[in-house]
Amino acid sequence: MENRLVIAGKAYGSRLLVGTGKYRDFAETRLAIEASGAEIVTVAIRRVNIGQRAGEPSLLEALPPSRYTILPNTAGCYTAEEAVRTLRLARELLDGHSLVKLEVLGDSETLFPNMPETLAAAKTLVAEGFQVMVYCSDDPIQARALEEAGCVAVMPLASLIGSGMGILNPWNLQIIIDRAKVPVLVDAGIGTASDAAVAMELGCDGVLMNTAIANARDPVRMGRAMKLAVEAGREAWLAGRMAKKPYQASASSPAEGLIGKTA
Amino acid sequence: MELLVRINGADRRFARPLTVKELVGELGMEGKRIAIERNGEIVPRSRYGELALADGDRLEVVVAVGGG
Repeated sequence: MENRLVIAGKAYGSRLLVGTGKYRDFAETRLAIEASGAEIVTVAIRRVNIGQRAGEPSLLEALPPSRYTILPNTAGCYTAEEAVRTLRLARELLDGHSLVKLEVLGDSETLFPNMPETLAAAKTLVAEGFQVMVYCSDDPIQARALEEAGCVAVMPLASLIGSGMGILNPWNLQIIIDRAKVPVLVDAGIGTASDAAVAMELGCDGVLMNTAIANARDPVRMGRAMKLAVEAGREAWLAGRMAKKPYQASASSPAEGLIGKTA
Repeated sequence: MELLVRINGADRRFARPLTVKELVGELGMEGKRIAIERNGEIVPRSRYGELALADGDRLEVVVAVGGG
């Protein structure tokens, strides 16, 4: 099982979860996500455009729920109440599917999570039978509170949503990873492949990203790069890296048998 | 008898009473993967046919869109 990601009792082959926003069109969305190998994809829930043309393609036609695990999110919600209402709608939309991504924002500039509202929403959702994967700050105490509330995964930010700033506080993430009994996924802030690899080398169970792939010059290629990075980081973590030995050089080639010396 | 309901924040007037199912048809959303909330409560798809809308109902009609 060491290479399967288990969330709420279900095993997934890929540890990379991806968002579906910011792509040029559904064709690019589908190709980039295929290249990423992701099995769980996030979607947002929004009001329908009443005037829209009949027959206009829909996201779930490009990414059918029969093939992907659709993870509805509460992006854009600023209160527990809005988030809970949104996910009740999502559950109805997805035929009773209960795995969801909760995020309750606290500030429209930084998109930092509002943790008291997030925790309140988590408690309500868990009581209603949802399986809650939760976006949170990288505060180990908040992560623990969400785990105790019954969330099936905690997803601390690496840095600001959509910023591509990478992992700003690996030390906090490490504390969360070491203590959590549920899967820990880094969500938000990944910018490029090395960031994803570092997250996995810390021992994260998975990584969730959107903009890093969608806003790459070539999203399909970046999807593949992220797949490889997550796999490489996971393998490196399982392999156990060598100890860092500051300022202690150690030659890899034999010191004996060099030419031109007296025997 | 007219029907006045608020759909996704905008008032809409219909010439006759409607069930939720009929409303979905009027909006051209039949067969689409949508979800509906009426006055803060989810309307299960199985109840669209039997549930008659009332004047002043507030409806939210949503779909899945791209997002992170």
